[in-house]
Order: sequence, then C-alpha cells, then structure tokens
Amino acid sequence: MRTLLDKLWDSHEILRRDNGASLLWVDRHLVHEGSHHAFAKLAERGLNVAEPSLTYGVVDHYAPTRGAPASPAIARMIETLKSNTQSHGIACFGPGDPRQGIVHVVGPEQGLTLPGLLIVCGDSHTSTHGALGALAFGIGATEVAHVLATQTVWQKRPKAMRIVVEGRFAPGVGAKDLALAWIARLGADGARGHAIEYAGAAVRGLSMEGRMTLCNLSIEGGGRFGMIAPDETTIAYVAGRPFAPSGASWERAVESWSALAGDADARFDREMSLEASEIAPIVTWGTSPEDALPITAAVPDPARLSEDKAIHVRDALDYMGLIPGQPLQSVRVDQVFIGSCTNARIEDLRAAAAVLAGRRAKVPGLVSPGSRAVKARAEAEGLDRIFAEAGLDWAGAGCSMCVAMNGDSVAPGRRCASTTNRNFRGRQGRGARTHLMSPAMVAAAAITGHLTDVRPLLEGRDAA
Amino acid sequence: MSGWTRHTGTAIALDLESVDTDQLIPARFMSTPRSEGYGQFLLHDLRRDTDGTMRPEVPLNRWPEASVLVTRRNFGSGSSREAAVYALVDFGIRTVIAPSFGDIFASNAVNNGVLPARVAPDLTAEMIARIGAGAVPAEVDLAARTLSVAGLSTGFDLDPVWREKLINGWDDIDLTRAHGTEIAAFRDRLSATRTWAFPAGGTAG
Repeated sequence: MRTLLDKLWDSHEILRRDNGASLLWVDRHLVHEGSHHAFAKLAERGLNVAEPSLTYGVVDHYAPTRGAPASPAIARMIETLKSNTQSHGIACFGPGDPRQGIVHVVGPEQGLTLPGLLIVCGDSHTSTHGALGALAFGIGATEVAHVLATQTVWQKRPKAMRIVVEGRFAPGVGAKDLALAWIARLGADGARGHAIEYAGAAVRGLSMEGRMTLCNLSIEGGGRFGMIAPDETTIAYVAGRPFAPSGASWERAVESWSALAGDADARFDREMSLEASEIAPIVTWGTSPEDALPITAAVPDPARLSEDKAIHVRDALDYMGLIPGQPLQSVRVDQVFIGSCTNARIEDLRAAAAVLAGRRAKVPGLVSPGSRAVKARAEAEGLDRIFAEAGLDWAGAGCSMCVAMNGDSVAPGRRCASTTNRNFRGRQGRGARTHLMSPAMVAAAAITGHLTDVRPLLEGRDAA
Repeated sequence: MSGWTRHTGTAIALDLESVDTDQLIPARFMSTPRSEGYGQFLLHDLRRDTDGTMRPEVPLNRWPEASVLVTRRNFGSGSSREAAVYALVDFGIRTVIAPSFGDIFASNAVNNGVLPARVAPDLTAEMIARIGAGAVPAEVDLAARTLSVAGLSTGFDLDPVWREKLINGWDDIDLTRAHGTEIAAFRDRLSATRTWAFPAGGTAG
C-alpha cells in the first residue's frame, strides 16, 4: 500500500517527532556558490562538515561562459566556494574541471545521483534528480547549514500527488510542453504541499533527459518534489557512470531499486491525468509559468476575464509589452537562449540542432550547454557547428542567462525565447521579457524571428 | 533566532499575485555579504526607477515602519534563495499574510522568525482594499493563531511544527545534535546494508 514517496521517505527517516516532523538522512548534499551564507553560519558556530565525502561542490550560478568572470564580485563568489569546500575537505567541480556544469546536470551525469537516494541542494530545481527515482528537494541556506553540520534535514512528509500521462507525444512535442501544460491547468501553486510522482506510458516513454526536464519543472507548479519510479531506462542510464556503484555493489543496488516502484494499490491524496497526444507545443505569454498556452492560441484578453483574473493578466501584458488577443505566433523576439538545468542536456541540444541544421537564425542567440561533458559530447557530434552556422553563440557551461548572475543577461525591454524555467519579471535581467518553451520551439523562433509552431519546420526531418 | 508569540505593528498592502523570490531580491544583489543589510534590496526593482530613484507611490517606500505585509496568492514562489527572507527581515517585516506561499519560501521564513500566515483569498482581498496605499495597525497572536488587520480579525493557517518553532525560536542544529546517537546508529546501519548508497571512491565506513 506504499507509494514511491513512502518507500523513499521510510528508508531515510531516522526519527519522527510527535508533531509529525521527520529527521531524514541525506545521502548527497550538493553545494554551489550561493551556499556562502550557510558556510558562514557554520563558521560562526565553529562547526565542521559532518560528512565531507557525501558533499560535492559545483560552480554553476556564477560560472563564466565566455572566458574570465565578468566582474570581481562574480570571481569572488567562485573563489569563496572553492575555499569553503577546500577547507572542509569537500570535492569541488570548479572552472577548468571537466566535470563542471550545472549542478542538476552534473549530479546525474557523474553518477552522484542514484535511484533510492535522498538528495538536497540549496536550489529549488533539485527536484530534477527525482527523475531517477530519488527523493530530491531544494532547501534554503539555514537548512544547508544544518545539513552541512549534521548530514540530516527536518522535513514534514508532503502529501502524495500523481500525474498520469498516457498516450504518445506528437513529433516536436515533449517533456517541456507536458510540464507547462499541467502547470497552466493547475496553476503555479497547484501542487503546493505535495510531492509529485509522474507516471503513465508517455512518462515511461521519455528518455532520462526528458524525465529530468519534467521533474525539474515540478517547482514551477508549486511542488518541491518531483519523481519517477526507476525502470530499465533509469538503470541503463546510471550504469557505468563515474560515481555509480559497480560489481557486487551494483547488483545489490539494482535489486534495491527494483523494489522502489509504488505498490499497485497505493493511494494518492490527489491525482491528475493527461493525454500526451492532445498536448501541442506550448509557450508562455506572461510573468508566471502558469501563463502558458499552445502556440496556436492568442494572447489572453483581460476584458473577457473575471476582474479577479484580469488584474494579473493586465499587469503581465503590460510588463511583457503584448496586445490582448494578438496571435502568439505574431510576437516578435529579439534574441534566443538555449540553456539551463531544465533544457541543456545533450538531447535538448540535439532537438534544437535538428531544427536549426542548414538554416540561419534571424535573431542573435546564446547556447550554453548544461555541463562541460555535454559540451564535449555535442562538439563530438558536430552540434556546435550547426549552432555556429545558424549564427548562434556557442558558449561555456553554467546557469548563464537563465538566472543572469554571471553577467549573461537580457537587456531591459528585450524579448527572449528561452528554454529556461522562469519567466518572472527581471529574471533574465531587469526589464527582460522571457517566453518559456522547448529547445525545438526556441530554435523555430530563432529561424523566423517570432514565436513559431515548430511542427511544420520539422517536416521531412528527424525530430531528434 | 529568538521566539515570539505576539506582534503589534503596522500593515501595508502589496496588491500583486505571485510575487516570486526573484522580485523579492533580484539575483544581482546576492553576492553582497549579509552584514551590509538586505533591506535596501527588498523588491528593489518595484521600489526604484531604473536610475535608482525611490518611487514615492510605493507603500514600502512610504511606510518604512511596516512590519506586516498583506498580499495575494503564491507569494515567495520560485527560487529557494533565503536572501528573499533576509531582505524582508532586514526591512523589518515580521509577518506576511497571503492565501498561499511557495513551500521553500515559507520554510525559509520560519527559519528566520517570519510568519507566513495563510488567510483565505476573499479576506486578504478585503484587507488589501481597506489598506489601499495606506498603513494600518496590525496584531498577530501566534499562540491563538489569530490576527487582526484594518479592523478585520481572523484565524490563519500555519503548520503546527512551524508555529512551535516560531514561538520557541529553536535552533535546529542544537535540536538535531541532541539526537547524535540515533543519527550515528542510522549511519552504521546504512553503511552495513546499503554500501551502494555511498559514492564509489568515497568512504562507506
């Protein structure tokens, strides 16, 4: 009668207080430059890191993508992480290390992320790692300090929610569209207080990269946790990765992972079902990920909405510089960005390249692979040449223009078609206007210079 | 962090929904040491023109004594940056009243002594209407789980674990270290039964 969530939770619960708060064991703690507040808290109290060998540092938020750091303040953030990890005996994948990249790309890629583990990181997109069947969630700086000091975290068990997706995706439609579709339906706080398990034939049919995109975006629908039960796809992905178990240990691991799937009669507090074939390519038009519509639709008209809803729509359209009722495909973009922990894995780059091959972009754009390993692989496949020949910049790995901390940003008032996760006001830079969509849809916008349905551009091509 | 049970202060309204943590503190300020004070960064781009001039019509600029913020749904969504809470705390905000909060934000708020009080959307809308661009007296009683703003009194939703924590002002690290024996026993059991859960090349013993 237990769900995947229950099994993961129970196997990490050290104790539970009468008020319902569980003390959980942390198998992997990933830290990045933003963890400086937590290391400072530790230093204030003179505490050591409890389990340095279960803690890994990754330079990503401030990582330069084109040469040297853009400012002394940015260089200092990277240096601070390096010195904090070094003084506590923690491995750190810094600039120059071939394992460097975005923490949520690097964890799975290096085999640090495994099914059945509990993984935390001071970043809300930690839900990404749930794609492998891990219990993974983002925490704040106070909690990061707590994990550093004790290798445990206090947490109340969330409610269990299941999103079941049956059927098959149409060509040019995938995990990003699915995620934006359910968030548009339930709202950006729709899964608040819940851990989401994704299930159904369409989810099982996704590659690990697609599953990571789906779980990554859980937080944009309010869910701190996203997860998918491990299966053959998961096990094949993990096998042979640098930090993954091998030999007899691997055999025991696989046996343990095979028992993780929820029981057939397990109950969920909430369920939602979707049909994959009914999902079209989706773009956002507003300033919240819930402001999402199929590319064939038009910008909402506040005059046709209840006053309750109209307030937000008016504010969002004013910020975005859009006209009510305007077809989404008529919205011109100034630039594009392909990158982030959501959509910068090898499969994402292949999907964008499949659309761009042999074509020229009408607007400038930046492509930042999710990790140095992804970058190397893409270059080996010749994808970098496709991007360059299309007129896009091929840069280094990091969070880059998704969060605009490293100096890569969108200028005020400029409109960017972006594979990232947040279309918040000012997210990509003060006054920047962000439209979220899949890598294939960003490639289509680059070619035409406006929001575009990618499906006709894929005719006669393999959608990768 | 010190605990508290009652707060008497001044409430202002922020008539927006989904005020995410990127708005609460834009990323470009996050390399600043906390010792410099984060209150100046709170909702920076909403409070200031692009040339840095304070917008006088913004209630946060008019009422620097504000300690209670009433706003709309999905407050604190997005990034886990605790700096968003530091900005609220350093400005002087002790309680945020909204129909819903981002889960990670709410947890961070409690860890810094800030109450994320959930109140039904019709009531928060009424409070926002009554406050307008002004400032009104506000009272919060954590023990009774009640609050009163602009003459409207109501209960509020808060996880009992969080209420206990706000009242006691507990430091979790001390609380957890008191369980050192149980944690060590759990780890021993893990390293005996789940060797695969330790990174290859790491120490399992």
